[in-house]
Formats: sequence, C-alpha cells, structure tokens
Amino acid sequence: MGTTASQLSKESLSEYQELTFLTKQEILLAHKRFTELLEKHEKEQIDARVPKGRIITLPELKSNPFKERICQVFSTSEQKDGSLTFEDFLDLLSAFSDSATLEIKSHYAFRIFDFDDDGTLDCADLEKLVNCLTGETNDAKLSSTEMKQLISNILEESDIDKDGTVNLSEFQHVISRSPDFVSSFKIVL
Amino acid sequence: MVQEEARSLPLPPGPLMTKSESVLSPVRLSVRSPADEEGVHDSFQQLIAEHSDNGAASSALELQQLQSDLDEESRDNMPLSGPEHEHRRRQGASDLECDGGEMDPIQGEGWSSDTLKILSSMPSRTIGRNRGAIISQYCNKTLKLRRRRQTRPSIRDFSPSSRPSIRSYGMEGDTTDAEVSKRERLVNNLQNLPVSDRVRMLRGMPLSVAEKKEIRNLVMQKEKRILSNKKLSCCSQLKYYIIIAARKSWYSWLSFLHSLQPWQTLLKRVSGRFGTGVLSYFLFLKTLVFFNVFLFLVTGAFLVLPQAVHPPYRDTTSFSGLELLTGAGSFSHTVMYYGYYANYTLPRRSRDEGGGQNASTLTSDSQQFSYNMPLAYFFTIGMAFFITCIILVYSMSKTFGRSFRINKSNSILTMKTFSCWDFKVIKKKSVQIMSENIGTQLKELLAELTQKHTKSTFCKRFCRLMVHGVAWTICIASTTGCMAGVYYFSEFIHKDLQQNHRNLYVNPLMKEAKLLSLPTVVSVINLLLPALFNLVGWMETYESPSVFAYVAIGRNLMLKMSMLGILCFHWLGRVAPEYKSIGLTCWEDFVGQELYRFLLMDFIFTLLDTLFGELLWRLFSEKVLKRKRKPVFDIARNVLDLIYGQTLAWLGVLFSPVLPVVQILKLFLVFYIKMSSVMLNCQAPRKPYRASQMTTIFITLLCIPSLLGASVCVTYTMWSITPSTSCGPFRTLDTMFKAGKHWMEILEKDNPSLSVLSKAHTYFVENPFFLFVGAGIFLIVIYFHSQVVDGQRKIISLLQDQIQNEGEDKKFLINRLQSVHKQKQDAGKRLKSQDSTC
Repeated sequence: MGTTASQLSKESLSEYQELTFLTKQEILLAHKRFTELLEKHEKEQIDARVPKGRIITLPELKSNPFKERICQVFSTSEQKDGSLTFEDFLDLLSAFSDSATLEIKSHYAFRIFDFDDDGTLDCADLEKLVNCLTGETNDAKLSSTEMKQLISNILEESDIDKDGTVNLSEFQHVISRSPDFVSSFKIVL
Repeated sequence: MVQEEARSLPLPPGPLMTKSESVLSPVRLSVRSPADEEGVHDSFQQLIAEHSDNGAASSALELQQLQSDLDEESRDNMPLSGPEHEHRRRQGASDLECDGGEMDPIQGEGWSSDTLKILSSMPSRTIGRNRGAIISQYCNKTLKLRRRRQTRPSIRDFSPSSRPSIRSYGMEGDTTDAEVSKRERLVNNLQNLPVSDRVRMLRGMPLSVAEKKEIRNLVMQKEKRILSNKKLSCCSQLKYYIIIAARKSWYSWLSFLHSLQPWQTLLKRVSGRFGTGVLSYFLFLKTLVFFNVFLFLVTGAFLVLPQAVHPPYRDTTSFSGLELLTGAGSFSHTVMYYGYYANYTLPRRSRDEGGGQNASTLTSDSQQFSYNMPLAYFFTIGMAFFITCIILVYSMSKTFGRSFRINKSNSILTMKTFSCWDFKVIKKKSVQIMSENIGTQLKELLAELTQKHTKSTFCKRFCRLMVHGVAWTICIASTTGCMAGVYYFSEFIHKDLQQNHRNLYVNPLMKEAKLLSLPTVVSVINLLLPALFNLVGWMETYESPSVFAYVAIGRNLMLKMSMLGILCFHWLGRVAPEYKSIGLTCWEDFVGQELYRFLLMDFIFTLLDTLFGELLWRLFSEKVLKRKRKPVFDIARNVLDLIYGQTLAWLGVLFSPVLPVVQILKLFLVFYIKMSSVMLNCQAPRKPYRASQMTTIFITLLCIPSLLGASVCVTYTMWSITPSTSCGPFRTLDTMFKAGKHWMEILEKDNPSLSVLSKAHTYFVENPFFLFVGAGIFLIVIYFHSQVVDGQRKIISLLQDQIQNEGEDKKFLINRLQSVHKQKQDAGKRLKSQDSTC
C-alpha cells in the first residue's frame, strides 16, 4: 500500500493503472493535484486524508451542486465525514473518466443521487435531486405541485416493479437508454 | 457472516488491518439488530403455526420460506446496513408524507418498523449501497464469464445466485457452503479467469481502490502459490513473462496514445464553460482532422513520395504569390496535382508497393522491383475511399446503437432528471445558467404533459401551416435561384475562358485572378443564404426545439448539396469533355486547382463570418443595443460548414493528392480561431441540446450525402470520363478504370501462365453480376439483423410484463407479511388485556 504522498512508486503506479480507468498521465496529474491539497506536514504521511472542505475547493467541483455527495460517496472514511485519501480520489476520477464503462458510471451516479444512503431512490431523494438540479433561485425552482407531479411521473416511467422507489437496476435501465449520460458524467482534471 | 469472512482471509499486515476493522466495526454498532430480527422471526413462526391451523397451509409455508429467506439475506447484509436501519425508520415516515398514499402501493399503509426493516434489506435495495452485495453480484458475473470461457470451475464454486429464488431455496437447503465466503469465491473465480478478463472485471467493479487492491493481492498470492506448487516448465514461465511484458507495453502504448490527443486542455475549457453541445462541434472537427491525416498518410506514402523521389521534369515558373490563392501558376506542375504523376512504371529503389500484384511480376527481371504508377494511383484512391467509408459506417453504426436503443419508450422526464446534469461544466456562471435551463425545461415538459390534449383550433393550425408553407417556399425559391445563378455564372465563366483562349493578349495574372470569381460567388451564397434561412426560421413556431434544429439542418444541407451538385456538373460535364477549347492541356489539374480555390475561399469566408458574425455582432449588441446577452454559437450551421469543406476535400483527392494537407492546415486554423471566438464572443447556449443524437446525425450526414456523393463523383470520373491525353498517369487510356485491365494484358503477354489471373479479373471485376451478389448478401444480412432486433423487442416486452408480475407478487407477499404481523400484535394485545382483566 505504498502511497507515499510525496512520490508515487512505479509499482503502485502500474497497480493503479490496472485497477482504475485512468492512464499514467492522469494518475500523475491526479497525484500532483492531490498533494497540492495536502498540508505541509501531511505530505510525507502515508494515506493522508484531505477533508471534504478542502476537496470541494477544487475548481472542477467548486460549483457542482453534487460536490458534497460526490465526496461522501467516494470517501472510505470511517467517520463518514467525506474526507478522501489519494486512492479515494483516484476512484472518483476513475468513475468520472472518459473510458469508464456505463455500468460503473451509472452505479456511482445512483449512489450520488441516493442522498440518504438507503440503497434506493425514494421520493425524498428525488426531491432533493431535482432541487439540486434547478438550484435555489426562485424562478427556476419547482413549486410543490409541480414537484409532486414530476416525482409521480418519474416513478411511473422508471419504477418497473412498482414498489414506489427506483432501485439500482431500474436506474441503470433508464440510464442505458439516455445516450447523453456517458458523455456528460465526466470530470476531467 | 462478514465477520467470518474477514477472519478467514489471510490478511496482510500493516495498513490493511484498518480496512478489516472498518468491516468489523459496524458489527459492533448493530449487535442489537440480528437479535431483533430473530425476535421477528420467532414470532412469525408462532403466528404461522396459528395461521396454518386455519387451513392456509400452503401460503403459510411460502411465507415461512420467504421469512427465513429474508432473514438470511438481512443477516447477510446486516453488518453494513445496521446503522442505516435507524435512518430507514426515520425515512419511512418522511416517505409517507411525500407520497400521499395513492401512488406508492407498497409503502402506502403504515408499516411496522419490522416490515420496513425487511423491505430495506431486500436484495434489490442492498445492491446499491452494500459492499457484500456488490461482491456477490460480481462473484456471479465472474462465474458466468468463466463458464463462457469454458475453464471448468470446480463444483464448489457454483453458488446459488445472489438473489435466491423462493422456489429453489427449499431444495438447496441452508447449508450452501456457508464457510466459503463470497469474497473467497470471487477471488477463486478471478484467479481462474484469463488475465485480460480479470483486469477488466476488477476495473469494472464499483468498489474502492483499496478493496480492489486487496482482492487483487489475494488473487496474486493464490496464483503464486499455485505456480510454485506446479513448478513451472520453462515454456510456461516464458509465457508468463511475455504476458507481463506485453501488458506493460500495452499500458505504455495506451498512455502514449493518450498523450497524442491534441487540444486536451482547450477542450476541457470549452466543455467547462459551454457543456457538451459546443464541445461536440470541436470533437467533430477533431474527427475530421484524423480522417484527413489518414487520407494524407495513404496518398503521401503511396503516391506523393514515390513520385517525388522520381521527378519527371523540372518546370520553372516563378513564384508570384497569387498561387497561394489560386493554386495555379508555379503550383501547377508539382506533386500537388494529378497531371504531374507519371504514366509509366517507376524504377524502384527504395519502396515496394502495389499490393500483392508485384509478387506476380517476379518473372521479368526489369520489372522485379517496379512501381506501376497508374495502378498505384487507381488502387490508392480506391482503397482510401473504401477504408474511409468502412470507418465512417462503423462509427455511424456505433453512435446509432448508442443513441437509439431498442424499445424506446417515452420516459423523457426521467431521463432528463437523471442524466441532464453536465458534470463537465465548471464555470460558476454557466452552472447557474444550466440549472436555470433545467428548471424551465422541466416546467415546460410538465406543462406539456398536463395540457397535452388541448386541441388547437382549425384556424390556428391553418395559419401555422401557411407560415410553414411560406417559409419553405422562400427557402426553396432562394436555393433554386442561387442554383440557377451559379449555373449561368459558371457557364459565363466557361465561355469567357474560351474567348480568352482565342484572345492571346490577356495578362495571365488577370486570367488567374478571374478564376477566383466562381469560388467567391459560391462562398458568398453559402454565407448569406443560411442567414436568410435563420430569418425565416424566426418567423415560424415549432413545438419542439429539436424539430426546429432538424429543419434548419435540412435547409442548409439542401443548399450546400445543390451547390456542390451544380459545381460537379460544371467540372465533369462541361470542363472535362471540352477542355481543349478553353486552352487546357490537363483538365484534371484545372479541377484540382478549382477545388483548392474553393477550399481556400471557404476558409476565408469562415474567417469573415467569425469576425463579422460573432466578434462585431457582439460588440454591436453590447455597445449599441446595450444588450447583456452575447450571441449563441450556432453548432448546426458550423458543423455543416465543416461537412461542406470535407466534401470538397474528398472530391479533390483524385485530382490533387495533396489536398488533405491543405484541409488539415485549414482545420487546425479553424480550430484555434473558433475556439478563441467562442471563448471571447459567445455565451452558453440556452436551448437544450441533445449532443449525442446530434453527433449521430452529423456523422450520418458526413457519411451519406458527403462521402457518398464524393465517391459517386470520383467513381463516375474513373469509370466513364476520358482522362486528358497529354498528362497524368492515365494519359493513354480511355478511362482510368482501364488501368487495371491494361496492366492485366501486359501481365498476360509477359507471362502466359498467368492468364487465369487476367481471366479472373475480367470475370470478377468487370462483371456486374458479382456486384449484385455482394449487394444482395449485404441486404440479406441487414434484413436478418432487423429481424433479430424485432425478436429482441418482443422478448423485452415479455420480460417487462414478467417484472411487473414479480412486483405484484412482492407487493402481495409484503402485504401478507404485514397482515400476519398485525394479527400477531392484536393477539398479543388481547392476551395482555385478558391477563390484566384476570
């Protein structure tokens, strides 16, 4: 597990190449960007964690409404505080990379949209999701009747087994039919 | 179970221990839950016993099985889902508030917490959050893959699926290899897979890198153990090393390819600001650059280089500067144009080409290493077109498959909500615009849904039809007018050239400059008419923006194709047959020069368009009109301009093999100019833009009218137009196509034993029957494919019905569970009240 923060060893580099969808250059760039986020005394530390607050200052995430969810989903922290190690960071970039498969992308998208982490998108999740999409400005935000109608429509369209929630396979079913998803679910460093 | 799993694994020391702790710690948190579950379980047993007394034995048995099944599942997933139960319980309440009951049949009634617990631990819900569930899912996947690869797995690797069906549960019993944990099975499966599959599997698992690393290490350890046990033979050890080396070189090759991709940062900036729509224009431009690079590599290697090594003669015309514009003058007798290429066999020194044909000339010593220029010219152009066509059709079918999945249903709202967010957009202002857009789009879609059935009145419809009719009439009339104008203008130019030819006292520079008039006129039309179409488009109202976009594309396409049609007629029908009357020795050179001029003019007008249409218009609207909005980048029109330029380049390859270079240079410049113009002058588009569908359409347009039209023209030229008699590789032949036949005849004369080959050539190449057979087979394949798709569609609808039935079953079972539970509670209460009364 030799992730010394200062230098990536050759073995771990090739290991990361094998385990993620990233190329060598991308991993090195990710490493550079990650060490920039670390504080000085952490730079020599193995498995240093960057807290969520600092991760979301990255320009790639800064204005994304899902930034906190993204940190939360990819974090392996035991305190569930959304802090990322370098490997978690690689995970994030791998899922959002060009060559990641639709399956992996839709899996992580599902987990990002599943705000309460209960394994299924229920009404509350969908409401939060729509609110994140439309932002907080008043003219873009949906009224409560519109929201209700939207959610009932979504459930009608995608909830195949009619249990009132959208589970992972139903979500992937919808996503597989929307061709723009793969090209838009990308973050490039 | 996970606890056992963690213990049974040979854990490497060090930081990995923290991982295992993280697996264990939730167990401690949720010690209470399994006991709870047991309680529910027992109570149910009791109740079921009561119930079966009432005569519902069969359903009770089912319930019992279901219960134990669910129990098993939930215990499986308990260690990780434990803390979420509390959460879930709270969640349940908010669900009810949000649903209002009528649309959520399962959660519609007030469930007890126990039922909710069972609901939340159903496999379909754990798979989205639980590591154990993911591992078991991938365990099954690897097993399937192994079966497909036919490396026979040992019997104990076969496991019940991760979602045990109710029926098979009782038969298999509960003791299905409980001691072999799922993860170990996964490691086993992975280890038995070939290396490439294993890497692919590991990469595709939605687990964190640390976990994947762990699994990979376990697999490696196991493999090492097996390898050392087996005492590898030298050969297989060598194989092992070769595999490792090949993999390493593959990775470095991949990263090399990655570093080759130009414009990464620029593209990122564009996508960060404008999203996928504008990005697709630049990606399309990049694809075109690759096509041209390919074309140039082919023509450069097989035509330009051999000819440049053996220059036939040196022509010394002084360079005047106008050549850059007209392509004539001192450029005329160079490798740039068809006329320069020799019609004889080049003596070979360095290269060896001509396909497999050269192998058959071995008998005659003089031709042993020879290069037959006419043949090379013919086959190079033919193959270049053929390969381009194959690449295009392939990418077209791929994007088609991606953007039009079978069994499309109209779930626009869902797709919009789940996949409309463009994660690439990172600029704050653009993010704001995007979320506003999404908000308005959702509102519009919802409004459309509610008032879908409001019928517009007859009068309104009539008015709309009238407007459309007028708009189309204007567009078609203006296009036809321009066509006629270009037709007569080209005729006039032709006549003028004929007269000038007789009149010897004309300044040659003036003559060359006059040649620029036709390209200028066509480019002006190409610039102005789309603006007119836009104006007309404002007049109309369309229901959906996509229809609007398609109509605009259709009109522009009509214009460009008719222009190119007229020009092709002018060159092939007017210039080619009577080239001597306008004083040309080589009409192919003339056409090549014309195409060069057209390409250049197209570029210049793109520049002007960018300058006036985007930069000055922005300044005008900002300074004079005091509007805050910047113009929006018109993706469709710009892409059509690119397609037009590419058609010109493809048309010109036959007459000027170096034309792809000109096109590459042009595309590079256009890329940087458009990039800076977009960054400076434009704002993020307000309309929704379906990038992938548009990409499909653009690729299709590049294939069907563009490449197809160009290849039809080129084929027509090769088959039935007589080439110039005093220049070019085909100067002595009736048509270019005769080159192959001519060569065959020579071959037969030299070597009578090869007459079979020549006969075969006559029989296969010149007989149209085989063309028909080929086309017929192609059609049959397409037909079968469409039939297969049809069958799949039927199966999909059947499966959908089945899923719905399963959902009903689930609902039914949960309802039963709940009612039984309620009965038990009531019974308990009654007992209690009886106790208290006693």
